Amino acid sequence: MQQAVLQEEVHEEKIDLKLWRQILQLARPYKRYIIYAIVSTVVMAGGDALFPYMTKVAIDNFVVPQRTEGLGWFAAAFALLIAVQSFTVYMFINMAGKVESGVTYTIRQAGFEHLHTLSFSFYDKRASGWLLARLTSDVNRLGEIVSWSLIDLLWGGAAMVFYAIVMFSMNWRLALLTICVIPILALISVYFQKQILRAYRSVRRMNSRITGAFSEGIMGATTTKILSREEENLGEFETLTSGLKASSVRAATFSALFLPIVLMLGNIATALTLWVGGNGVIAGTVTYGVLVAFVSYAIQFFDPVREIARIFAELQMAHAAAERVMGLLNTDPEIQDRPDVEGSVPPLVGGVEFEHVSFAYNPQEPVLSDFNLKVEPGQTVALVGETGSGKSTIVNLVCRFYEPTEGRILIDGVDYRDRPLAWLQGSLGYVLQSPHLFSGTIRENIRYGNLKASDEEVERAAELVNAHEFISKLSQGYDTEVGEGGGLLSTGQKQLISFARAILADPRIFVLDEATSSIDTETEMLIQEAIRTILTGRTSFIIAHRLSTVRSADVILVIRDGKVQEKGSHEELMAAGGYYYRLYTNQFLED
Amino acid sequence: MKSIRILWKFMAHNRLLYLGAILSVALASLARISTPLVIRITIDNIIGDEPLAAPLLIRNFVENIGQALWVPGIVLIAITALRGLFMFLRGRLAAQVSENIAKNLRNRVYDHIQHLPYKYHKEADTGDLMQRCTSDVDTIRRFLGVQLVEMGHSLFMVIFITGVMLSADSRMTAISLAVLPIIFAFAVIFFIKVKKAFREADEAEAELTTVLQENLTGIRVVRAFANQEYEIGRFDGKNMAYRDKVYHLIWLLACYWSASDLLAFLQIGVVLVAGAYYTAVGEITIGTMVLFGTYIGMLVWPVRQMGRILTDMGKALVSAERLQEILDEPRENLVENHRQPPITGNIVFDNVSFGYEPGQRVLENLSFSVGAGQTVAILGHTGSGKSSLVHLLARLYEYDAGSITIDGVELNTIDKRWIRKHVAVVSQEPFLFAKTIRENITLASGEVTDQELHAVCRQAAVHDVILSFDQGYDTLVGERGVSVSGGQRQRIAIARALITDSPILIFDDSLSAVDTETDLAIRNALEKRASRATTFLISHRVASLSKADLILVLEDGRIVQRGTHEQLMAEAGPYARTWEIQNTLEAEIKAAR
Repeated sequence: MQQAVLQEEVHEEKIDLKLWRQILQLARPYKRYIIYAIVSTVVMAGGDALFPYMTKVAIDNFVVPQRTEGLGWFAAAFALLIAVQSFTVYMFINMAGKVESGVTYTIRQAGFEHLHTLSFSFYDKRASGWLLARLTSDVNRLGEIVSWSLIDLLWGGAAMVFYAIVMFSMNWRLALLTICVIPILALISVYFQKQILRAYRSVRRMNSRITGAFSEGIMGATTTKILSREEENLGEFETLTSGLKASSVRAATFSALFLPIVLMLGNIATALTLWVGGNGVIAGTVTYGVLVAFVSYAIQFFDPVREIARIFAELQMAHAAAERVMGLLNTDPEIQDRPDVEGSVPPLVGGVEFEHVSFAYNPQEPVLSDFNLKVEPGQTVALVGETGSGKSTIVNLVCRFYEPTEGRILIDGVDYRDRPLAWLQGSLGYVLQSPHLFSGTIRENIRYGNLKASDEEVERAAELVNAHEFISKLSQGYDTEVGEGGGLLSTGQKQLISFARAILADPRIFVLDEATSSIDTETEMLIQEAIRTILTGRTSFIIAHRLSTVRSADVILVIRDGKVQEKGSHEELMAAGGYYYRLYTNQFLED
Repeated sequence: MKSIRILWKFMAHNRLLYLGAILSVALASLARISTPLVIRITIDNIIGDEPLAAPLLIRNFVENIGQALWVPGIVLIAITALRGLFMFLRGRLAAQVSENIAKNLRNRVYDHIQHLPYKYHKEADTGDLMQRCTSDVDTIRRFLGVQLVEMGHSLFMVIFITGVMLSADSRMTAISLAVLPIIFAFAVIFFIKVKKAFREADEAEAELTTVLQENLTGIRVVRAFANQEYEIGRFDGKNMAYRDKVYHLIWLLACYWSASDLLAFLQIGVVLVAGAYYTAVGEITIGTMVLFGTYIGMLVWPVRQMGRILTDMGKALVSAERLQEILDEPRENLVENHRQPPITGNIVFDNVSFGYEPGQRVLENLSFSVGAGQTVAILGHTGSGKSSLVHLLARLYEYDAGSITIDGVELNTIDKRWIRKHVAVVSQEPFLFAKTIRENITLASGEVTDQELHAVCRQAAVHDVILSFDQGYDTLVGERGVSVSGGQRQRIAIARALITDSPILIFDDSLSAVDTETDLAIRNALEKRASRATTFLISHRVASLSKADLILVLEDGRIVQRGTHEQLMAEAGPYARTWEIQNTLEAEIKAAR
């Protein structure tokens, strides 16, 4: 019932230097490549500045004086320039690629490792799709920024400097004339780039809504059919597609306006150059070659300006992505080993005791208050009660997925916060209401309980929980793929496999959130037998729905509103004739 | 060819507008290539004094301006203004057309999918279908809106520039075109070859995402078995593989861009050196030399671009075919004969047989009858045909033999839409839409009062749950709102079915995820309104079925037992056996009393 955190916050504030320093820290292993990339980028910008100059040399040295000697050297120099330029292009892309793929890898890995230290309260507040996007698209964007954008930015700066140097060294008056349009161009570029980015952002937002609608239309098609809602659905969908079209056309219009305006400005510069420079040629103060070169520069100068404007606009967007990723990396885990936990501890036996434990997911709504319970090693505790009564919370506290807000939980007589997390969680067997399998084979899934187990041990575990028979009947046996989330197996089969997985782990403490999903009677009996096998000799907590499991438990707790309402064995509770009694007599004797 | 025809059909009603976009491309290209001409005339004929080989009108104009160099400046700006206008038109029109086509295509595919039969959806690969609806439409949109226009631009540039070049100097033209075919061929070959690298990178990313996704959803399992290290190692493997694939791809691109740069600059260098030589020996004018120098720069890059677009064109055609495949699937006809008899709920099955595939029998010779307002319970193993039986009633599938009548009318002659409006089905895993809870419940009923809404939600034992959400009935369901548990979802779906007040109600194992107490509460509520609808109950819990007017036990598509609870308990058979297994406690409870 958690409100999912999904809003794509729109950040447009100033660049936060501390954040970027932290990101550059992550890029440190790739320092060498970054330096290579920077060097080749600067060389490349120099080469770009030289090409129009070569035209000038050709005109002034050979064309105008109508001379051919030295043309061979000129051709050789041009060839060399081409070779150097091609090589720097190769180096620049190659190195930026190394940086991009490397930085992305490092940040993603750091993020993934961090995810595994975070507590469940963190996961409760965030939808898995949200987290997924942080480690996929956001990290990708960050990698792009650190490599391509920063290098492009550098190229833009270097190119502008080099162009200016060449132009001023040829003719400073014409150079000033060409450059005077730049500030206007820069302003316009920044404005347009921002508008374009904003427009495309809204396109993307619309697009993801349409993807959502398609997904609903496909996944819910059968429901739509049963409810006869085809026409209404189409109506709603058409509103979305019309919206997308409108915002796409708007974004495209901005883009389509931008280039012509830039070109106009560029050509004003060209026209000015042609006018003033042409008069200079007539007056003999400007050479033909310089005039031609300036016409080229007037146009080319706009590339770096546009590039820089684009990156600045993008950086602001990337900033939001960077903040989200770094925010994830900087989240402190709520549950972690205390600095003073003992490294070597005796193996876990299985005694569990709740001492005046209170707990709340959020401060306003206490779930448990002053809860006490003592479980001897090997005992089975069945928890019975309505949804939301606090059964799952008790189990979560035992597993130390959460820690008590007040009081303490003793395992083998010691507060579990004084022990390493791995001590408890390494001796835990946990079977969920809807068992979660990983894609891969059945064998791999069972072995998940104990990665060191041999094939024989895997099969023995399967035999113990009655899973062996159905597995052997499958055409691929233990090597059958279960599909994503175990989708290729039935619910009952998934449960049996998750039991095998748990028994292979040979846990001291076993936690079972029993499923209520309907399974045919035969499978149901297999499962009950499996549960019985697992329970022997282990401390067990069961959120019980099956009568047989409840009855055979050593202690049955009836939980209501976070408190133990009734406690005792089946016979005791039946004899007491309280809530438990009513629960089961109701189920079978309805009158 | 077939796929081009499909694409052409997709463009219906937008073709004229698209012609406008192409025309704008041509005019913009024309304007672009006339700029160097102005510069050439300025250099040769205004600054220099070469004789001008041009029509009389232009010659007179050039002579009249003398050496007033601001005039060519103004002309230049005017031409650019025109070019800008056409560029804008091109962008705007192309966007409008492509977005229009994409919109129509999306609507069409969406509507078509909604109308495909139940069977199609049961067997559909939803991931693939999603891909077609989103990225394939997008590929076509991009192709028409960007790539084809770009290609037109390149093509016009090549044609126009070659024309102008030829009129200026044929030998220089030949030199200018020498390396271009190689650049073009290189681009085409490279982008065909590199497809594999792109695909591999995509696949590596998909694998990485899967591991990530599984870790996020299965985080409790990972923790409970303390397998964090193992998962981190697994992720590291995928992460590294993805990194290497991406780097390999970038490396290939680095090779491509540097090699094609080399070729392009080689072409430019050859023109420059040859031009300088011919000018120096006096065979061409400075203006011509500058013209070739400028044009070659305009020619090289579009040609390189063309190679790339050509390879992308294949993608668009494949996408068009993939979309057409969906559109070719036969739609379900919801209103065939306009037969819409009044429905009260008297149902008769007479020797009904059914199979999903020809020759296969899921139901065999089923016969039974139910009066309006009665309750029929169905018990059977998974795969015994229970669900198929009720699906036939909603005409989600057609029976192969025998006859089903509703109030005396043969079922397969009644309009599908009509029958579905009178049969409410609640499935085991109901689907909720990303709407508010109120909207989800009233999907099929239209406007209802709050009292009605709350009443059905109380009957479905979900009213209190809904009120506990932050925004009550206006709480959004799904990714952007609350996550609803399986049991809650089933109960909301029950409310959704009850509110329509349909004469036929089907509960297809739809209380399976509800705890026993709530299950009981709902069944009691249903019982009170039982006579309002003919009800079909499917469940594994025998206790849930025991009160039905008629209980059918299915095995392998046949009715093996039928009768009331009392009758069936008196027979030795699957019903009594199941009852025994599930209710061994009964005796003990009595004993405890």
